[in-house]
Amino acid sequence: MTGQTAGVRQAPAMIELEDITKVYRMGSVAVHALKGVSLRVGAGEFVAIMGASGSGKTTLMNIIGCLDLPTTGRYILDGVDVRRLNDNQLAAIRNLKIGFVFQSFNLIPRSTAVHNVEMPLIYAGVNSNRRQLAMAALEAVGLADRARHQPTELSGGQQQRCAIARALVTEPAILLADEPTGNLDSESSGEIMKLLVQLNSEGRTIVLITHENDIARFAKRIVRLRDGLVVSDAPQQRAEVSA
Amino acid sequence: MKLIEALALAVSGLNANRLRSALTVLGILIGVAAVILLVAVGNGTSVQIQNQIQGLGSNIVYIYPSNAKVGGVSQGFGSGQTLTQADVDALNDKTQAPDIVTAIPVSQTAGIMVYQNQNWFAQTSGSTQDFAEVRNYDVAAGAMFTDSDLRSAAKVVVIGQTVVDNLFGGDPNTALDKTIKIQRQPFRVVGVFASKGSQGLGNQDNIAIVPITAAWSYLQGGRGKNISQIVIQAPSPDAVKTAQDEATQVLLNQHKIGDPSLADFTTQSQQDILNSATQITGILTAVLGAIAGISLVVGGIGIMNIMLVTVTERTREIGIRKAIGARRSDILLQFLIESMFLSAFGGVLGIIVGTGVSDWLATARIASGQFPPPVVSIPSVLLAFGVSVGIGLFFGIYPANRAAGLHPIEALRYE
Repeated sequence: MTGQTAGVRQAPAMIELEDITKVYRMGSVAVHALKGVSLRVGAGEFVAIMGASGSGKTTLMNIIGCLDLPTTGRYILDGVDVRRLNDNQLAAIRNLKIGFVFQSFNLIPRSTAVHNVEMPLIYAGVNSNRRQLAMAALEAVGLADRARHQPTELSGGQQQRCAIARALVTEPAILLADEPTGNLDSESSGEIMKLLVQLNSEGRTIVLITHENDIARFAKRIVRLRDGLVVSDAPQQRAEVSA
Repeated sequence: MKLIEALALAVSGLNANRLRSALTVLGILIGVAAVILLVAVGNGTSVQIQNQIQGLGSNIVYIYPSNAKVGGVSQGFGSGQTLTQADVDALNDKTQAPDIVTAIPVSQTAGIMVYQNQNWFAQTSGSTQDFAEVRNYDVAAGAMFTDSDLRSAAKVVVIGQTVVDNLFGGDPNTALDKTIKIQRQPFRVVGVFASKGSQGLGNQDNIAIVPITAAWSYLQGGRGKNISQIVIQAPSPDAVKTAQDEATQVLLNQHKIGDPSLADFTTQSQQDILNSATQITGILTAVLGAIAGISLVVGGIGIMNIMLVTVTERTREIGIRKAIGARRSDILLQFLIESMFLSAFGGVLGIIVGTGVSDWLATARIASGQFPPPVVSIPSVLLAFGVSVGIGLFFGIYPANRAAGLHPIEALRYE
């Protein structure tokens, strides 16, 4: 279970999960979604979390993304103990430290691409150079020429790139991608993964949740979950970006 | 999040469902317009009644005899015959009542009048030549009868415009020097009063005034010198109360009554009449406003309904916003502003429509002038607008709170 490379071990920890459990109550039945997960992700890593449905990977992502709190265990994100935070502080963490990329893009309809990218800055209270920051983020994902288009006027790949720009615009500590290519054709999938690899090579920490080996092979490290427990955690040779 | 951003979000949210937003706005629009219009109608009635009361004359006080009692049975208001010419003379005495400019006796009588093949009924009274001045009538043609007419009980009459319309076809000059028969007694028309123009309650142009001596002699069958009211005039609005008190004192002395509560007459100033009329029209306005207010509440429920639908529809969007860092208060503010924007927009349109319709009604004078022209009251406009925004806030709180309380994971999962 401890197969991290020496280089990564020495990097400052972005995510430290210690013996995380999560129990849902569904009526009178208690569902143990996570049964004690410990995980450490260093800065600059590119981790793929894999597992079949029901393995607890979505629950883990929700906890890493501060959308949900663990039942027991400790979660330290970029030096902050998340369990001690109230709703507003969690919102601020999601806003500033985490960039979400969803399977279904989750852009806000009827808002232009650039306005979608601006959204996290609005909630962060950035006023002065918001438009420039948003345009820069769109530029970084190669979507600057589509800034004025609404989500419905963009292809799936373009929508996902817009979503990545939105995730990046607040310069978060980690990029959390939940099946980012799940709704895309293989060509767009390749483009998106290439973009993620490129962002990682620029130093971004990326946590990718997927059940596809094809996608996971772009990551530097693969964590496999089964029945709420980590069953394997190993580095891997990254696939060729050009593949 | 800045207010501007929230406002922009609200506008784009509403813009996405234009028809629905427009219908919701319509609900508030109708409510606000109804409040403004109905309050304006009540207000207009009040203004009209006040004008009519003011039109009775300036700074005047009416004195009526108290109810006559025959064997302990009241004969009704003003049925006593306790006022006399001596009372009038005493009231006109400057040493006794320095604040009374003029006191005139009025003796009301039946007024069936005939000219050739036309007949008409008008309020006919006997009075003195001061009647025109005290009661604020101008003489349009001819002249008021004179003091010598009064002393000689001359059979002359000054008539109002409505009488001219009905007996002489409308031209005051053709009526002059014609002889009409009042109660079968021939009276010569010496003057015509200018129209007071007031319509509706109590036509003040349908009158005929004869010298009171002539009325006593010819129209009342010589049954004593009956005075049905005395009208006194004070020099200024401020002096009305003093004049009223002086008149009371003079008459108490005249009638040798020590205890004012046993007085055999009653006095009523224009202000007294105005006060009771204002009270009644105030109630009328309040009732009309309250009825219209119901539609405003219904409009508010419409807003709440549509906001609940909007929140449900946009559950996923709320989840996205929360995932990218929106706080509870951000979401709350967004939806509150949206509902308040709906209601405020409806309020502004309602003000435009309400005042517009009121003004139109005021100029159109529907139903041949019997309808009092609405007068828009500024406080009612401000109140209606304030209430509409308040309604947006009140009925927006529940849906907005529901949106803000959504759990981000469940909201994101919502299809």
